[in-house]
Amino acid sequence: MLIYNLKLALKSLRRNPVLSLLMVGAIGLGIGVCMTTLTVYTLMSNNPIPQKSDVLYAVQLDSWSPDEPWEEPNLPPTQLTWRDAQSLLQSDIPVRQAVMFRGGFALQDMAEKLPPFAADARVTTRDFFALFEVPFQYGAAWDVAADHDPQQVVVLSKKINDKVFGGANSVGQSVKLDNREYRVIGVLADWLPTPKFYDLNNGNFNEPEEIFVPFGLTVPLELQSRGNSNGWKVEAITSYQQGLESEDVWLQYWVELPNAKSREAYQAFIDQYVMEQKKLGRFPRPLNNRLTPVMQWLQVNKVVTEDSRVLLGLSFLFLAVCLLNIVGLLLAKFLGKSAETALRRALGATRGQILTKNLVEVGLIGVLGGALGLLLSLAGLQAIKALYRNYERLVQLNAELLLVALLIALLSSLLAGIYPAWRAARQSPAGLLKTQ
Amino acid sequence: MLQMNHISKVFRTDLVQTHALRDFSLTVNKGEFVAVTGPSGSGKTTFLNIAGLLETFDTGSYLLDGQDVSHLSDTLRSRLRNEKIGFIFQSFNLIPDLNVFDNVDVPLRYRGLPGGERRQRIESALEQVGLASRAKHLPSQLSGGQQQRVAIARALAGSPSILFADEPTGNLDSLMARQVLEMLEEINARGTTIVMVTHDAELARRAHRNIHVMDGQVTDFLEFASVEAATAAALV
Repeated sequence: MLIYNLKLALKSLRRNPVLSLLMVGAIGLGIGVCMTTLTVYTLMSNNPIPQKSDVLYAVQLDSWSPDEPWEEPNLPPTQLTWRDAQSLLQSDIPVRQAVMFRGGFALQDMAEKLPPFAADARVTTRDFFALFEVPFQYGAAWDVAADHDPQQVVVLSKKINDKVFGGANSVGQSVKLDNREYRVIGVLADWLPTPKFYDLNNGNFNEPEEIFVPFGLTVPLELQSRGNSNGWKVEAITSYQQGLESEDVWLQYWVELPNAKSREAYQAFIDQYVMEQKKLGRFPRPLNNRLTPVMQWLQVNKVVTEDSRVLLGLSFLFLAVCLLNIVGLLLAKFLGKSAETALRRALGATRGQILTKNLVEVGLIGVLGGALGLLLSLAGLQAIKALYRNYERLVQLNAELLLVALLIALLSSLLAGIYPAWRAARQSPAGLLKTQ
Repeated sequence: MLQMNHISKVFRTDLVQTHALRDFSLTVNKGEFVAVTGPSGSGKTTFLNIAGLLETFDTGSYLLDGQDVSHLSDTLRSRLRNEKIGFIFQSFNLIPDLNVFDNVDVPLRYRGLPGGERRQRIESALEQVGLASRAKHLPSQLSGGQQQRVAIARALAGSPSILFADEPTGNLDSLMARQVLEMLEEINARGTTIVMVTHDAELARRAHRNIHVMDGQVTDFLEFASVEAATAAALV
């Protein structure tokens, strides 16, 4: 019966092509606008590491000014000072922990076949890779000793390995970073956490860095952060060492705490640490240290902007307006076919069968509208891509979103079609038969 | 076959009550060919709609093929219409964008018959009305008489026990009207009960019995042939 009803629906659409196009167009437009905003919104609010997001915590210590919070309402800074990060590294409560900052090097191949180019770097501790389950194509992370002692080793991203080594296994080979030789010990496989949750100070949707070097190199090479660095205290900084000892916050710090017990223990540890620091005259604000899980971290850092939420709401309102128009058009269409409906009823169709027949037609309009909506969303996403270059990575429809688009189109058209289809099915067949 | 006892039907609006049928009683026996006549507004169509289970009534009782249909649900009434009743309308009531084959197929679809059986019934019905070669034509490609024959084939395909015809020749010229009437007589001769509403006195005289309706009541019976004779003819 479904195939029969589909054939009837196709004939019915062909009978009134202008009306059909209007309805398909209205749904398509509504779906197109909705899917464009929904795609961006979904990717913005995506869980970048779903398998571990509830055990990974960003560490926040409130080392900020006594006069005002880092950000209202009484939020602690999102980064740590060098001193605090060094102290936290001494704890053995987290299963894994990583301190990190954004750096940068001039990279060149040893044979100097390629001109040197600027490569974004993440300077971090060994646990970074296991903590965030970063996949390796070749090799592995550096030894734990490299977190403290200077070892000139590097892990390359797949993109850089492709560029410098043509995608071959480069483990054991070397590259030049700022004219120093570094041995390649690992090459990452494709890895694209979206949003780039582990460092939201330097572009929420930027790609991960191109190279990764051990944290132990920081002091010996006097590496500077190329990310955001903030301070509240006026301090005379005339040397690298003074910079390290300042109250400037510039390091991201993540821990893995697998259960409530370890979480409580670690919270107690950082609170205790801050209490001790207070005795030394630091941490002038009331105790306000936080362990923030991944999804909450995205909220704290306002990864999904208020504008995006408003836009999403407006786009669904627009879809609702389109659907209201479709209700009117469908009502006109179905009531215009009253004589046929009456005939079918006279020939034995139940109200349910008429309702089903009409809903199949509505569903077909919905699917066609959904297909048109997808095309419009692709166009909309391309427009966003052209307008906002930092959203480039967001503007892609995946299979899941394609399915969602069709589902929304189908459901919304059925929602719009239920009343007209029901009204048509409820009509008494007597009296309408003579009017045909 | 059809037994109506003291049926009444009132149509109400905010201002007016119209008694379409009042104390309407009628029995139609199996195999009969009954013509229902009467002036416009006398209640013929209301009778036909109630008899064809297209409309409910207010009081009285109605037995169709021995089954009390007074309080049946809409679904059961639809099923009865589909399985026991055939309709022929004055304006043919074919679906314009379905071809002849698909028009005849409509009631069979709602009966849920398998494809093979549907095809067999449709081909046989079209054969009976002489339109087997026009199965792929659209109604607009047929003459009025041919369209009415398609409507008859549609009614026949479901093998109904009773056939209700509402002015079946009203839109046809005299030649076409005679052909259609002869076809109805043949169908009746094969045992199908026919109730035909008509204004045409000549047409009514071809039925076994003529029932005259006035102001929602049966006012006169006029027998043109005995039911026994009709039944005997059906058995030959």
